Amino acid sequence: MIERALTAGTTGAQAATQIAIPGRKLPVGSKGHLASGWLGMLTLIATEATLFAYLLFSYFYLASHALGTWPPSGAPSLRIAVPGTLILIAGSVVMWWGERGIKRGNPGQLMIGLAAALILGTVFLAMQGLEWSGEPFKLHTNVYSSLYFTITGFHMLHVIVGLLMLAVLLLWTAFGYFSADRHSAASIGVMYWHFVTIVWLAVFFTFYITPRLG
Amino acid sequence: MAVIETDRIPSIARATDDSPSSAILRENWEGRPGVGGWLATVDHKEIGKRYVVTAFIFLIIGGLEALVMRLQLARPNQTLLTPEQYSQLFTMHGVTMIFLYALPVLSGFSNYLWPLLLGSRDMAFPRLNALSYWVFLFAGIFLYSSFVVGKGPDDGWFNYVPYASLAYNPGPNIDVYALGMVLLGISTTVGSMNFIVTLAHTRAPGMSINRVPILVWGTLTASVGNLFAVPAVSLAFFMLWMDRQVGTHFFDSTAGGQPLLWQHLFWMFGHPWVYAIVLPAMGIVSDALPTFCRRPLVGYTAVALATVTTMVLGFGVWAHHMFASGLPILSLSFFGAASMVIVIPSAVAVFAWIATIWTGRPVFTAAFLYFAGFVLLFVIGGVSGFMTAAVPLDWQLTRTYFVVAHLHYVIIGINVFPVVGGVYYWFPKVTGRLMNEALGKWSFWVMFTGFNVAFFPMHILGLLGMPRRIYTYGSGLGWGTTNLIVSIGAFVFATGILLFFINIFLSLKRGVPASANPWDAASLEWSTSSPPPAYNFAVIPIVASRYPLWEDRMDEGAERSSVGAGMLLDRGRETIGTTALDAEPDVILKMPGDSYAPLLLALAMTAAFVALLLHSAWGFGTAAVVTALTSIGWLWPKRSLMQIETSHD
Amino acid sequence: MNSPLVLLFNKLPMLLAVRVEPPMAYRHTYGPAVDPITRLGWGLGIISVLVIVIIGVLLLGGVLRKRTAPSAADPHQLAVRRDAGGMAWIYVGGGISAVVLVGCMAWTLLVTAEVTKLPSSPALTVQVTASQWWWSLRYLNANPSHIFTTANEIHIPVGQPVRFELASTDVIHSFWIPQLAGKMDVIPGQTNVMWLQADQPGTYRGQCAAFCGRQHAHMALFIVADTPQDFAAWQDRQLTERIVPTTEENHRGERIFQTHCAACHTIRGTNPAGSFGPDLSHLMSRSTIAAGLLANTPGNLADWIANPESVKPGTRMPAQILSGPELASVTSYLNTLH
Repeated sequence: MIERALTAGTTGAQAATQIAIPGRKLPVGSKGHLASGWLGMLTLIATEATLFAYLLFSYFYLASHALGTWPPSGAPSLRIAVPGTLILIAGSVVMWWGERGIKRGNPGQLMIGLAAALILGTVFLAMQGLEWSGEPFKLHTNVYSSLYFTITGFHMLHVIVGLLMLAVLLLWTAFGYFSADRHSAASIGVMYWHFVTIVWLAVFFTFYITPRLG
Repeated sequence: MAVIETDRIPSIARATDDSPSSAILRENWEGRPGVGGWLATVDHKEIGKRYVVTAFIFLIIGGLEALVMRLQLARPNQTLLTPEQYSQLFTMHGVTMIFLYALPVLSGFSNYLWPLLLGSRDMAFPRLNALSYWVFLFAGIFLYSSFVVGKGPDDGWFNYVPYASLAYNPGPNIDVYALGMVLLGISTTVGSMNFIVTLAHTRAPGMSINRVPILVWGTLTASVGNLFAVPAVSLAFFMLWMDRQVGTHFFDSTAGGQPLLWQHLFWMFGHPWVYAIVLPAMGIVSDALPTFCRRPLVGYTAVALATVTTMVLGFGVWAHHMFASGLPILSLSFFGAASMVIVIPSAVAVFAWIATIWTGRPVFTAAFLYFAGFVLLFVIGGVSGFMTAAVPLDWQLTRTYFVVAHLHYVIIGINVFPVVGGVYYWFPKVTGRLMNEALGKWSFWVMFTGFNVAFFPMHILGLLGMPRRIYTYGSGLGWGTTNLIVSIGAFVFATGILLFFINIFLSLKRGVPASANPWDAASLEWSTSSPPPAYNFAVIPIVASRYPLWEDRMDEGAERSSVGAGMLLDRGRETIGTTALDAEPDVILKMPGDSYAPLLLALAMTAAFVALLLHSAWGFGTAAVVTALTSIGWLWPKRSLMQIETSHD
Repeated sequence: MNSPLVLLFNKLPMLLAVRVEPPMAYRHTYGPAVDPITRLGWGLGIISVLVIVIIGVLLLGGVLRKRTAPSAADPHQLAVRRDAGGMAWIYVGGGISAVVLVGCMAWTLLVTAEVTKLPSSPALTVQVTASQWWWSLRYLNANPSHIFTTANEIHIPVGQPVRFELASTDVIHSFWIPQLAGKMDVIPGQTNVMWLQADQPGTYRGQCAAFCGRQHAHMALFIVADTPQDFAAWQDRQLTERIVPTTEENHRGERIFQTHCAACHTIRGTNPAGSFGPDLSHLMSRSTIAAGLLANTPGNLADWIANPESVKPGTRMPAQILSGPELASVTSYLNTLH
């Protein structure tokens, strides 16, 4: 709170009041959500989420103008997509658990969480690759295929960046950089990973669920 | 081994630039000397100046492009330019002015001024700041790379498909435009992120959100808008590049694609963008005009709210660029109504400025003339916009010179005039010298006259049916005389701009030396020396009102801001972090020093886009790896920034 | 047989419809699809000019009005001592602006509703197909043998609503005849429909109003509003089958046409041929060629055929290598196609 310290008035009839600040201890540097990087990641997520919003808008716009059936080759199979979705969600869960660990001063738990998410994320990518190779269409077949590979491809790019982040965070945790008091980078990485998962849910809903509705 | 302090009570002191504590600050904040320092600097004042200088260079290039076009159009049936040359000129003129001048110049002002206005020592992300400048510079060069060999983009800055697709435009020109815009989008996005976090986190104690200068409101609003708008255009250009080079069919009507998808995505970005390039400039006027009216701005809260409202509504009007495209009448009516409603917050701002002048006591400096002239040009541009907002009337007016008149009144009137006025206003702060007042007034009158002679008759040309984007016209259409007048006006306007630049060069060398506050202004930057020291403030000020330096002369209350006494924050590069709304101190932020990482990263990202242009998978892969490694190095936790507790050195 | 007086009487409306406006100006317009728009334009324009004048006066007044100078004792005195004040300007100015805007919104909606009501039974439907840089016109008819194709010059009966279906073979164009209707884009992959009506006979100029490439500047079109008799006569002419060449020169010209031009251009009654370029069956019924760029004279026609690139740089029509006599023959033949 800002307290008032009266000083002698300099000009004018009223006594001028100099605002002062109390001698309160302030944390120094990147501490938790006070780190500038935390806010920075929020803005990055906002803009990247908007990118996916525009991608999905393009899907619905082109779908609404399509002649003939949509999707042209029928609704895509859930066989790989549903397990993949669950794997990605599991990744977010272990990341949340890992972050809880470092908040309590347990870097080991963070490392396990990061490693598990790294593995789960890689499995997700592999499954996506499998699904891609099994599709009956290629990138340039028609507008649906253009959308499918581009949108899932953009998501995969974000996953790859996320995996890179997780790997680097794992390294930094191994070096002993993080403590209960200082682990902003880990929190920021975890937040990004949750974003990747949520975006996938929107992409999954658009491609795999909406064709099956009504 | 130094004691690691994870928290402390910041020391409070009285200090000026001559105090011993300031010598320590100087040592902490002054960058490396020489070429290395020039390449590695993260000083927001340096970066701000670079942005402004680079933007002005692009302004001159774009202006020359316009003058050549006006020579071609001055008389009917001229053959100075081939149709293809003309198409490339009008495209690059638009690209240059809208992307390489209009936003960057405002980024430059904001970069330089924000920490000084907010009572801080730097932006929240100094290295990101440097990155956004380098990427802007390289993207600008990239965008011009094909134009300089005569293969520039030629489908207008709006680049509609199908003409922009490979079938009709097989050369590299559109690819250069598409990839260049995605690269430029990175600069805009990281710049926006920087402004938002700086505003939310690094203001002086006591500078609550309702005490922040309107320029800050304007740039903040534009930055939030950009975060949500830029992805649309980056996506559109990337999808176009994919259609052209990879074989997708997003816009290809023969394979289920939709040409109108391009227009939707482009204008979903494009309309918010035009507010991003004027709201900060309106903020310049809202902050500087009151100084020359000797009173605070009338209706601060109304103007701040009007700024935000304009941006929000700006996301709901994009289809007014598509009124003639055959969209359903119901949706057109919605967009038309929204386009009329958006006039209201602008009207609020106009009346705030007029009230400030009317109830104030004008001081007739060159800067004041620019700001007063701006109000009239704003209104002229605003009413022509209001006319085009009427859907059926727009079916006549759109794509004619009426719209060319409108867009130049709003872009030149609401961006260039405040920017030039802003240069006259802040030049003494940045350089330590005043600009020449007499030459300044001349430059205003020549610019104002030339501008109106050039652009007002364009309304008439539009009403006479002259379409846009034509390289010539026949002699029986009644357009010849008016076009000649327009061309003459353009050259007069260019002369005014020339006078302005001459004034800059003369004043840099021989301008009258300026004190800290030559205009007797109210905001915090005027409490520093001219130019300010590298550390901005000897102590972090404490803020008690919107006009800290005028408090003694107002009857507003007993509280006084403190500019001579406050937190020292001298243990390395430090500034204070505060809460978002009330600006109460909550963390001492450690700031990074000079670094080559931003330049390296910018080069690597540009190389990646060059590789895409040249279809080089190896090139792209290498650039991507360098990008990743540089980013990791940049983000590596450092004890000096107190991101970690243990040392890794 | 019509006496000269009767003929003159029939042509009088056309002669009287002398419009001294520049051809593309729309301050005055001539049809129900656009007249409400023109009134709206005048209204909003007058309001706009008033706003500019009022703001200008307020600005000048604020700048120039007399004020007491700051006292010598306190030259740093500000103009006011309190931050508040002046809000009345914002309330009044903003309030009046809002009221005017809402009123204009309402008027705009009424005009929109009026001009977008497609006629339920138009006198005529024309399919307009835009290409770089000309306009193909196909006149639809319930009787298939009455369907014909022409280019660039649209004849319509005066005083009757006409429906247009707009399509494109390549890029986006825009169909705009300012004195008769607002513009409507022509977008590949979709068909946009609009209507217009000319209430006075005469020729109305239009021009493509969306950047479509190099010769966007030279993609004009004309709507000629004919009296009922003139329209019937024009239509009959368009429906005439093959115009047989009578002289030796014209026979030669027809043969040259078949070998050099028929791949892109159609002449009705000759071998069915190309549609990349305008239908030339009744070329002489048009007043201009090259989409309004040149007057339709024998000299211009010869120049256009011999060297299209120099007339309209970037045009899709390739130059024909014809000798002098060959060029003369084909031009002579084309000149018979009324």
